[in-house]
Formats: sequence, structure tokens, C-alpha cells
Amino acid sequence: MANKILVFIEQRNGKIKKSSLEAVKAASDIAQKLSGSVEAVSIGNEIENLEKVGGYGACKITHFKNAALENYSPSAYADIIAKYSGEKNFDIFFFAASSMGKDLAPRVAVKTDSGLAMDCILLNCESNEIIATRPIYAGKALIEVKLTSPKKVFALRPNVFNPGTPTDKKADVSIINVDSPNLSVKVVDIKKSEGKIDVAEADIIVSGGRGMKGPEHFKLVEDLAEVLGAASGASRAVVDAGWRPHSEQVGQTGKTVSPSLYVALGISGAIQHLAGMRSSKYIVAINKDKDAPIFQVADYGIAGDVFEVVPAMIEEIKKIKS
Amino acid sequence: MKIAVCVSHVPDTAAKINIGSDGKTLDPNGVTFIVNPYDEFAVEEALKTKEKIGGETVAISLGTDANKETLRKVLAMGIDNAVLLKDDSYRDSISVAKALAEEIKAQNAELVFFGKQSVDFDNSVVGQLTAEFLGYNCISVVVSFSLEGNKIICEREIEGGKEIVETTLPALITAQKGLNDPRYASLKGIMAAKKKEILEKQPSAASNSIEIITMKKPSPKQAGKILGTDATAVPELVRLLREEAKVI
Ligand SMILES: Cc1cc2nc3c(=O)[nH]c(=O)nc-3n(C[C@H](O)[C@H](O)[C@H](O)COP(=O)(O)OP(=O)(O)OC[C@H]3O[C@@H](n4cnc5c(N)ncnc54)[C@H](O)[C@@H]3O)c2cc1C
Repeated sequence: MANKILVFIEQRNGKIKKSSLEAVKAASDIAQKLSGSVEAVSIGNEIENLEKVGGYGACKITHFKNAALENYSPSAYADIIAKYSGEKNFDIFFFAASSMGKDLAPRVAVKTDSGLAMDCILLNCESNEIIATRPIYAGKALIEVKLTSPKKVFALRPNVFNPGTPTDKKADVSIINVDSPNLSVKVVDIKKSEGKIDVAEADIIVSGGRGMKGPEHFKLVEDLAEVLGAASGASRAVVDAGWRPHSEQVGQTGKTVSPSLYVALGISGAIQHLAGMRSSKYIVAINKDKDAPIFQVADYGIAGDVFEVVPAMIEEIKKIKS
Repeated sequence: MKIAVCVSHVPDTAAKINIGSDGKTLDPNGVTFIVNPYDEFAVEEALKTKEKIGGETVAISLGTDANKETLRKVLAMGIDNAVLLKDDSYRDSISVAKALAEEIKAQNAELVFFGKQSVDFDNSVVGQLTAEFLGYNCISVVVSFSLEGNKIICEREIEGGKEIVETTLPALITAQKGLNDPRYASLKGIMAAKKKEILEKQPSAASNSIEIITMKKPSPKQAGKILGTDATAVPELVRLLREEAKVI
């Protein structure tokens, strides 16, 4: 059986996203086990360094180009991928489970009559079949699944699969101009939230909870985030209180994150909060209550006052970084 | 215009999850079920839209008799009619979406609201899948919605910002927290909902393409070290992050 894998490469502002490179690498690992092949597809206007997907294991990338496709259009993007896959007969599709990937993967699954496994955190092969592990109930349980349909779509949780160090292989690039794309749903503008790193994409996150005592003290959270090059996050309690925007909320009804380092400041560690961050590689908790549940998932903790500990952390990190 | 809203009945977010003896399903013993939190935003937007442009609202839920509790709750919030697509079997997202699409078509609803994600299997795809089966325009993860005539403008949350997205009816929207503040059911609404009939229908049979091999709990994290109770522990913390965890 031929296992032709197609990986969707997401771009924003003409730059390839890291989560797409993670997907290429994961696809190429699977292709080796299934003796298959990996190609990539991108959609947009101008994109920098398309050939670099070769370094992660895709032999070829096809770019569908039209100035009107610079921003995401669910209708056009799904049509283009479905049509291309009809021509080339791909068996397996990989996406990053990013905002765009979560929107696009199900549409492609219906159009190509594929089964769909979302938000995978681990992929294995057993007797020539892909076994995917994915969290459910906000990470309170895990399921191992396989897709029984002939065609399959997998979307991989960002920040979980290691893209590795790229080789200097370059992918063959072919560019296809798209005439009159289907823009029945289209993004007409993007509002950025003032240049901050988003928790969903950050490698380090510093989050504050009700223990920060008031919105004015989140300066401390942001200052620690800044010295660490981190995004700032929040618990629901402080989002509901209007101290922080919902886009920062981590947890079951906020964002699910898996950074390398998650620092929880004045957060108790309610089950709904843990659900969103427990898969972080390292967790640090600062909380003055030594019995707070957050310490059960923390790798390192200080059972002290955030107003005393956090300024000392900022100083200490500045010191070692200088 | 007919406005549909699809709602799911899910374990309370505070619930402890236990695995059933088959090792593949949730053990429902002792678990309370609630209206999926994101669906409350969908219900509120359906009600607000009806208040603005008139028409009729219908809630659709697929599942067992237990889902009637969720349907009663949304009727109490003010939804006009409710349909239960009765099915006890396991269905994957695609199979759920097919059944919902058939019912939405039967209802002739031109505007449909979903929650962006059901907090049980957390796939975040049933809305988009249903729209594909219907051939409707679809915008997911919406935090602001406006309808003028035939034209829809939404804000959709993405990493680090929002996309402004335009489309036209017929359309399906999936709701994110922030879209609105769901209303509480009034006493009058609760009384009225008790008297309303929930229409039961048989969806077409499931054909799943995803097979669950095992369901398990994540291996518990080893509780870590509490390094101290004040700022004197900070140098050790930073050293561990640098040398042991190698994350900074
Ligand atoms: C349907 C539903 C969905 C939910 N979804 C989410 C979600 O997505 N995300 C989420 O976070 N929550 C969610 N919750 C809410 C969750 O149950 C908790 O209420 C919330 O996480 C608590 O936030 P917190 O830890 O900031 O506040 P608290 O629980 O009040 O904890 C504050 C902590 O700060 C500590 N503290 C106080 N002062 C200091 C000090 N000076 N120094 C150090 N520590 C101090 C205290 O010891 C305490 O542990 C949800 C709840 C429900 C019902």
C-alpha cells in the first residue's frame, strides 16, 4: 500500500509556522515506518523559504498562490487542498492543531472522505497502522485511537512534537497560481493583540491567579514574563473578575497549553486549571498555601508570598542572563 | 427565519474522570452532567438573534434520554422547540455531524449556532464538519457576531489576535467564550420548559471511522520539591531551572 502523506504548511504574514514544521517532522517519522512519502502544501501569497520544509523531511512542496489568499479563507483553502489531493491521491493528511488547523482539518476530512483524529500528542505505528494518542476531558484521560477509513486526517497539538534539527536538504518547490478562489468565507482583516506572545504558542508561560490580589499587580507577572521571554497567562478567576482578557485564560474553558516551562503565581490549581496546563514539561508554583493543589503537579515550588518571591526571581534571572 | 442551536450534554468540568471496566469508555457513576459550557454562548446568540430579527429557535441534541435535561435547560433559557436525536451508541465526530446535518436540513434552519468545542472529547470539529455536510458557510471560534440582511461579520479568535471574517447565509457559527453573557433561566422560563414537548427522533445509523483502542488516565505527575517558604529559596529555584530542567 502506498502511503502518500500530505502536510499542510501554515503561514502567517508570509512566514511558515513552527507547528507546521513539527508536523512535517512527525509525518516523515511515520513515513519511514510505513515506507511512505511526504509532500507539503501551502496556500497564500508570497512565502519565505518554502524549500526549508525539506530539512524536516518533505521532498516536495506545492504552493498555491493568489494575493487574495494571503489571509485565511476556510472555503478557498479547503477547496484547494481537496482538489489537489484528488489529483494526486494522498492517503494521509497532517495538520498542526492550531487555530487554522482546527478549522481547516475537519473541512478537508469531509471533502476527501477521511477519518479524523484531532489534537494528537503521540503517534506510533503498529502492524502498519498509525495509532494516535489524544487527550480527552481536558487531559483528565487519554485515548489511543486508530482510523479505520482508507483516508486519514491527523491534527497534531502544537509544541508537543519535536521538530529536531533540520538537515540541509531542500524541498522541490512548485508554485501554482490560483484563479478565482472560492472566497465565500474570508478573513478581511486581522487585529493583533499588541505584539504580545500568545499563550497557545509560547515556550514559557507565566500565569497569575487571584493570589495576585488585583489587576494592578499583574505588572509583576508581566515583568517576570519579560525576563523569561514568556507569554503571560491567567486563571479563570482573574479573567472573570475582569483583571485580564479571556485570550490569556489557561484551562478547560480557556487555552490548553504545553510549554517547556509553566510558572503559576498565586494560582490554587483547581481541576479546570490543571486540565489546561498539566502537560507542560516543567511546572513551577509560587503559592503561600503549602497545601494548594498546584503543588501536586509542580516540579518545583516555593510556598511563599508572590510579592516577596517574584521580585527576587526577576532579579536573580536578570543576574544570570546578563 | 429558523435558527438552530446544537447542544451537548457533558460531564461537569469539576468531575473526576474514571475509566469503565472495558478500558475504553468513561465510567459515568457519580459523574454529574451539565450543558456544555460553550453551548450556552451559542444558545444566547441564537436568542439574541431571534430577538433582533424574529423567527423561531430550535435546539438539537444527539444522545440518550439523559440529554433531555440539557434540552430542558436551554428551553428554560428561552429556546422555542427541542429535538432529541436518540442514540445510545458510540459515535465519532463525523458521525455526530452527519446526524445533526440531517436534522438541521429537516428543520430548514438557515442559521446555526454551535459551541466551539464540547468539553468531553474536546475535538473542536463538530460545527465545521456539520457545515461541510450541509454545504453552509462556517466561521469557528467566534467572539463577536453580527448579521445585517444576508451578510455576516464575525471576529474569530486566533493565536495572538482576532480575524475579522465575512460570509453570508446560510451559515453555521461556533461560539467561543466572550461572545456574550448567557442569560439565566427565569422562573417563568423554567415552568414553561417543563410543559414543552421534546420531539424524539431516530438518527440514521452511525458509521464510525475512528476506533478507540484504550482509554486511560495520564500517569500521575510526581509531586515535586517545595524548595522553601520565602525569597531565600529563589537562587536554588533558578539554578534548578537552569541546570536540572534546562528550560531557562
Ligand atoms: C465550568 C467551569 C470551567 C472552568 N474553567 C476554568 C479554566 O479554564 N481555567 C481556570 O483557571 N479555571 C477554570 N474554572 C475555575 C476554577 O474552578 C477555579 O475557580 C479557578 O481556577 C481559580 O483561580 P485561582 O487559582 O486564580 O484562584 P483561587 O482558587 O482563589 O486561588 C488563589 C490562590 O492564590 C494563593 N495566594 C493568595 N495570596 C497569595 C500571595 N500573596 N502569595 C502567594 N499565593 C497567594 C492562595 O493560596 C490560593 O491558592 C472553571 C470553573 C468551572 C465551573
